[in-house]
Amino acid sequence: MTANFRLPVGGRVNRDEALRFSLDGRPMLGYRGDTLASALLANGVHQVATSIKYGRPRGIMAAGVEDASALVQIEEPFPEPMMSATTVELYDGLIARGLPGQGRLADRPDPARYDAKHVHCDVVVVGAGPAGLVAALTSARSGARVVLVDDQNQAGGALLGSDEYFDDLGSPAAWVHEVLAELRATPGVLVLERTTAFGAYDDGFLLALQRRTDHLGAAAPKDVARQRIWRIRAKQTVIATGAHERPVVFADNDRPGIMLAGAARTYLHRYGVLPGRRIVVFTTNDSAYTAAIELAETGVDVPMLLDARAVPPEGLVAECAARGIEVRAGHAVTGTEGREHITDVHIAPLAGTGHPDTIMCDTLLVSGGWNPVVHLFSQLRGALRYAPELGAFVPGEELPDVQVVGSAAGALDLASCVRQGGEAGRAASEAAGFTRPAPVPLPTSDARVAEAAAMVLWQVPEGAEPTADTRFVDLQRDATVSDVLRATGAGLRSLEHIKRYTTIGTAHDQGKTSGMIAAGIVAEALGVKIAEQRPTTFRPPYTSVPFAALAGRDRGELHDPVRITAMHSWHVAQGALFEDVGQWKRPWYYPRPGEDMADAVLRECRAARESVALMDGSTLGKIDVQGQDSGEFLDMLYTNMMSNLKVGRIRYGVMCGVDGMVIDDGTVIRLAEDRFLVTTTTGNAAKILEWMEEWLQTEWPHLRVFLTSVTEHWATVPLVGPRSRDVLASLAPELDVSNEAFGFMSWRDTVLDVTGGVAARVCRISFSGELAYEINVNAWHGRALWEALMAAGEPYGITPYGTETMHVLRAEKGYPIIGQDTDGTVTPQDLGMSWAVSKKKPDFIGKRSFARSENNRPDRKQLVGLLPANPATVLPEGAQIIESAHLPEPPVRMLGHVTSSYASAALDRGFALAVVRSGRDRIGETLYVPVADDVVPVTVTDSVLFDKEGTRRDG
Amino acid sequence: MQLISCPWCGPREEVEFHYGGQAHVAYPDDPAALSDEDWARFVFFRDNPSGPFAERWSHAAGCRRWFNAIRDTRSHELLDVYRMDEAQPARTGTS
Ligand SMILES: [Zn+2]
Repeated sequence: MTANFRLPVGGRVNRDEALRFSLDGRPMLGYRGDTLASALLANGVHQVATSIKYGRPRGIMAAGVEDASALVQIEEPFPEPMMSATTVELYDGLIARGLPGQGRLADRPDPARYDAKHVHCDVVVVGAGPAGLVAALTSARSGARVVLVDDQNQAGGALLGSDEYFDDLGSPAAWVHEVLAELRATPGVLVLERTTAFGAYDDGFLLALQRRTDHLGAAAPKDVARQRIWRIRAKQTVIATGAHERPVVFADNDRPGIMLAGAARTYLHRYGVLPGRRIVVFTTNDSAYTAAIELAETGVDVPMLLDARAVPPEGLVAECAARGIEVRAGHAVTGTEGREHITDVHIAPLAGTGHPDTIMCDTLLVSGGWNPVVHLFSQLRGALRYAPELGAFVPGEELPDVQVVGSAAGALDLASCVRQGGEAGRAASEAAGFTRPAPVPLPTSDARVAEAAAMVLWQVPEGAEPTADTRFVDLQRDATVSDVLRATGAGLRSLEHIKRYTTIGTAHDQGKTSGMIAAGIVAEALGVKIAEQRPTTFRPPYTSVPFAALAGRDRGELHDPVRITAMHSWHVAQGALFEDVGQWKRPWYYPRPGEDMADAVLRECRAARESVALMDGSTLGKIDVQGQDSGEFLDMLYTNMMSNLKVGRIRYGVMCGVDGMVIDDGTVIRLAEDRFLVTTTTGNAAKILEWMEEWLQTEWPHLRVFLTSVTEHWATVPLVGPRSRDVLASLAPELDVSNEAFGFMSWRDTVLDVTGGVAARVCRISFSGELAYEINVNAWHGRALWEALMAAGEPYGITPYGTETMHVLRAEKGYPIIGQDTDGTVTPQDLGMSWAVSKKKPDFIGKRSFARSENNRPDRKQLVGLLPANPATVLPEGAQIIESAHLPEPPVRMLGHVTSSYASAALDRGFALAVVRSGRDRIGETLYVPVADDVVPVTVTDSVLFDKEGTRRDG
Repeated sequence: MQLISCPWCGPREEVEFHYGGQAHVAYPDDPAALSDEDWARFVFFRDNPSGPFAERWSHAAGCRRWFNAIRDTRSHELLDVYRMDEAQPARTGTS
């Protein structure tokens, strides 16, 4: 049976649209416009969950994001963990389950879409309560581009939880409607509802989460992004985020049915829902009197209001008396009874006269004052100041281009809020360059204003500390006053430390109701002033944000750009496996049916060494260097001389940092007196271009040199093997491919017999030691070139090979891969490349460092080859190298490590490259490599293991 | 996320920029003439002040130009930006 706590009329719910939902299997009905929490309360359900540590029943304590206890897991239409019942808009078919603290992610992919949008504006206003609305409209009337962000499904802020009346302007709802209508009709104004500003950053940057279709449940259109991240960049920011009511801590303050007084007003006025039938109110300030009076006026039994203050406000007391509400001044709640729901409150005088008593009730409303929502201001590193009259932190300094207004700045009455909103709106638009906004008439309200000062009370004092403490500070973390005192007792004084020790404020609600109270209790325990304590820092996000929303469209294929070459589709069709190199997809190897990777690589290697093979080398970085001073510039960047390279010739070059360590290598070809083309390793292309630009722009701006990345312009195919000359000759009728006419390290332009003639640049370079040609054509013709080569090579069994085979072939020849065989601590000399370091040039980057004593130590790690004693062994890359056949006790002296390791078809054995201390002096020695439980003996060799004489290069 | 004013493009998001370390550390005229210590000082040592600091930035995802900026290392506020061919603006005090 379902109790009905919905009033017959009133509230902003649509009674014509009933919605079915359930909690923990119990079916119920609510209305469009409800939250899950208001619909539960309308059905008489207070308990939503059980607590994480103690399993205590927990209910709905607030009506918004500050709620610390009513957590649910949504099961349908799509599983979503850790949702606050007070912020979930009700929809038809909602199935929820109360959560004991922790949720469960969906076990299937989320079908919803998420996206992001950028918006630039003059003024962003956060919060569409009275202050925010006036600020936004004032700015909009000046002509400024305004973005108004509000987390509710309708504007109005605190007015939604009130029945006050605006003199001259009518009901608050009519006033809000009018303001919004004008804002929406003003060009350049954007009003974002259901949008939570969760992060404020430098220079007016604000992140907000918009819930676009959540409230539609399963009826949400599939083609509309469910949630959207707004990236707002504003010249001026107005923070009008309101205030959260603060409870007071007492024994058993966590029972369902105990609720903030302001929340009860919201449920009454916004949703037409009564929180109970017999309601006791406990307050430290005037604001809760209104709740008591309004509830009594609906016919609810409000037997008693406890005011912690010795002297209560006379006028409000009289209003209560007129409605049969007994006000007991100087009294507090000392405990409660009930299991799933509160049944009684225990009360006692705080001091002076009176005696303890017990009152029967089904609801206890509590107000301990109001905490301004200063989160965004604090995120902007704005200093906070303790306001003793509020018992709360308020903005304590001026930040440039930021204003905090209304309750967020500590104002608690409508007149102050709208006045501050108007002033901020005018100041913001003027600062953004707009003048003389038409003033917005400010509404005046008949709402009760505070008569007497509030009392600041964190907790109801207790005689002896109870053994099982039920005075909960943070309901979500099940953290009590005793936990706080344990922290201070352990010697902690900083709120940041106490927060981490007690976990108070670290749950989904981030301590919106508990943080201030914890600070107060700590100050009392330590006997210090709160004002002298540094409050904990508020960090984004203000409320939890789904990772799916943050990811937006950047998922799957769109997560990171994928770069593919002109021949990619061919590789895919041939069943190549791919390796990611930076953002590039590179063919790794091309397995034939029944082959594993080892088989395929051995076959590909054999083809390259015995007949002819080809690979897609298009990903190699290519930088066009033009200008009269190009030679001089390259002489400074490379360790060897480039300016004396003849047009038509190619030179291998090494680049070092100023510290003399190798950063990249590649070929340099001279196209003309004033033009070179340099290549970089695939993964380093962007970095090297930036490195070159840095020197050109910052050190040698007088050099007439221009750098352009042309990586994507070219499709590049190394054609490798003893029969490569025959294959090239058959496709290049105009080219004399003989060794005499087209020698090693030279290039020729020609026209290939490919689809009616394709211009090509052919470079005679080799990264395998074999006779080889690197054929470059406009990327547009890449696939045609590739297919033509495959056809021309068919008689020789031409074989495509991938990066793995490329690595094996080059390693057999001892050619290092920068970044694999080097790690930023390796010099050209360490690599055995002194031949590539110019002795003639007076200077180049890195040269001076080669003379440093550290760079000349005889025990530097040097590149060598390793041959495992057992030819079948392939050492793991990264394995350490030691001197002894048995692993000694630690610390073990490491001589170096394996940098590259493969099985070689040409050598018919496993082999490796390694950097080893004094490596070149150790050639011939036996060293040892611990691998799992074994220690593998290896022979140190020269780094060149295949065709040391270079006889194969010219075919 | 900060806005950084590229002298060529105007204010842009900081993610478009790469940091280039301390500015006005010139490559020595004749490195060979330097002692090991002086060379090491050039290669490895940089200032790390608390307050205004002249640094190099590159508008890597924009115009690809390098420029100089004065940044307050305490607040990250960019007090000045200027082109490579412009002199370092005179600043008095520590703002
Ligand atoms: Zn730029």
